[in-house]
Amino acid sequence: MLTLLFDGIAYGMLLFVLSVGLAVTMGLMNFINLAHGAFAMAGGYTTVLLMNRLGVPFLATLPLAFLFTAILGAAFERTLYRPMYNRPHLDQVLFSIGLVFMAVTGVDYIIGSQQQMISVPSWLQGRFDLADVGIGKYRLFIIVVCGLLTVALQMILSRTRFGSRLRAAVDDPRVAQGLGINVNQVFLLTFAVGSGLAGLGGALGAEVLGLEPIFPLKFMVYFLIVVSVGGTTTITGPLLAALLLGIADVFGKYYAPKLGAFIVYALMIAILTWRPQGLFGQKGSK
Amino acid sequence: MQKRQVLKAILPLALGLFAAQAFAQNAPFKIGFILPMTGQSASTGRQIEAAAKLYMAQNGSTVAGRKIELIIKDDAGVADSTRRIAQELVVNDKVDVLAGFGLTPLAMATAPIATQAKVPMVVTAAATSVITTASPYIVRTSFTLPQAAVAMGEWAGKNKIKKVVTLVTDYAPGIDAEKFFKSQFLLNGGEIVAEIRSPLRSPDFAPFLQRVRDAKPDAVFVFLPSGQGAAFMKQFAERGLDKSGIKLIGTGDITDDDQLNDMGDVALGVVTAQHYSASHNSPTNKKFVQAFEAANKFRPNFMAVAGYDGMRVIYKALEATKGKGGGDDLLAAMKGQVFESPRGQVMIDAQTRDVVHDIYIRKVERVNGQLWNQEFDVQKAVKDPGKLGAK
Repeated sequence: MLTLLFDGIAYGMLLFVLSVGLAVTMGLMNFINLAHGAFAMAGGYTTVLLMNRLGVPFLATLPLAFLFTAILGAAFERTLYRPMYNRPHLDQVLFSIGLVFMAVTGVDYIIGSQQQMISVPSWLQGRFDLADVGIGKYRLFIIVVCGLLTVALQMILSRTRFGSRLRAAVDDPRVAQGLGINVNQVFLLTFAVGSGLAGLGGALGAEVLGLEPIFPLKFMVYFLIVVSVGGTTTITGPLLAALLLGIADVFGKYYAPKLGAFIVYALMIAILTWRPQGLFGQKGSK
Repeated sequence: MQKRQVLKAILPLALGLFAAQAFAQNAPFKIGFILPMTGQSASTGRQIEAAAKLYMAQNGSTVAGRKIELIIKDDAGVADSTRRIAQELVVNDKVDVLAGFGLTPLAMATAPIATQAKVPMVVTAAATSVITTASPYIVRTSFTLPQAAVAMGEWAGKNKIKKVVTLVTDYAPGIDAEKFFKSQFLLNGGEIVAEIRSPLRSPDFAPFLQRVRDAKPDAVFVFLPSGQGAAFMKQFAERGLDKSGIKLIGTGDITDDDQLNDMGDVALGVVTAQHYSASHNSPTNKKFVQAFEAANKFRPNFMAVAGYDGMRVIYKALEATKGKGGGDDLLAAMKGQVFESPRGQVMIDAQTRDVVHDIYIRKVERVNGQLWNQEFDVQKAVKDPGKLGAK
């Protein structure tokens, strides 16, 4: 029972890190970026390739996955995304879903479509029992890393100068520009960090979720559920939504395997009927 | 006058017909393989493609005076695409034989097309029992899940395994595996503690494995589609099930030769029932594995051998019709073929058009630094149990 709760939390945390970047771009920058999963996949493949081809240790690949995806995100933001900011949402959706399909085919062509395997260091394998609760070491690791990230993100957004600049730039770019804030740079950085987080999530998730070229399509639904259920104006919203979904998914599959993955969708429909703006979304926010 | 006119009209027609006949004899013989080359079952497509090409390289690309043309199309494992591609192959490319079909739904979706067009359809992967009954034009060279599941149920019942949890993927082959394992296992005095079905696209096995752990069985019987075994095995170990005394048994799909080496020591000791292991000890197989590994960077698995045998069945059928081809004649020549395959003796049952072969019980062992499915027991000439009941 508690073991299940633990598994659910770990799964939820992983979903959170994978989708929080999307919450940032979608909620703060007001850009519908369906290609988010492609960045997550890029991070996953960075880890896999570094480990399997170059023999880099697992822990060292994590920051590299973050860094690589962040740079990739920054390059894309500069060249492809920026011209799309002022376009209608439908254009953004079509543009980014196109990117997803290109990423899927590209990876398939370059690396191949088979499942990629990594082996995490032995101290992260297996599990131990803590007062009758079976704790998978790797899952505990995920919870710790993701927990730290959440705290850091929240601090950056609410306490730092960059956070207030970002919020100002989002609310009214023209006035922010007039006040001497370099809006372009703020957006660039934000997008890079959002992509980097996705990449880190992909790297962490490679062990649990598996990694193959259709990854961005396979998990797009989950990202979107987390963001829409959690609302896009805060960090805590997606966090709670991800945890709720992770736990509901694990419990549902344990107690009612016949219903399978349907539990997640039922929960989403229930929450969105009750609060269409998401759990923590503010009414009337854009 | 009138006579001459009639003759004039008939002559070119007759000549035309004759030319068409002659042309057909020299036209390439087209084999349209529809395989999942991308997506979740991509390893199946990759294996079968490599095996089909190997067969052509070894046996030449001309049979009875006709050039063989291999057309390989990717359906990404989606039934709608398979059906559309099959239609295109039959109508536009005028293929003489359809082949491939990675998953049961894909084969089932295409069956009506084979029937209508009278084109033989050689199934080299999908393994639900019922497939061959979907069209009189279907011939199968892969295997059927009941064959493997019944053999496993028999072995488990006789080897001190009393309580079992079954864990299968929730689609037709999984349900086949579950049903036939169960019936044979119960017959041998076993007990099924729980039956779990996981969704086809499940990213996380954690909750299912936790249920297995909580049920404390002697063994868990597993079926997953080819290619998903490694991910499963990993989580099996992560949950500590390998150390809790719960044995892992199943059909050969979970210890797929394609991925076995990636699984690591967790896979050691897993007992499975299947018709083919790359370590099968026969001269024919040794030659096959050697040639396959020389041409590709990976080891052949049971999908590869099915593709290889599928090509053999098509080649010999074309030979038997002396290069004429034609759906019904090809089909007749495919039925009843008996030959030595890398997996051992194989027969295409003339009545069911399904494959009859030996099923081996194997255990994963480390030999010369690599993991292999080592065969230690065998059931000879197993017919599909799924069809025995129906008759």
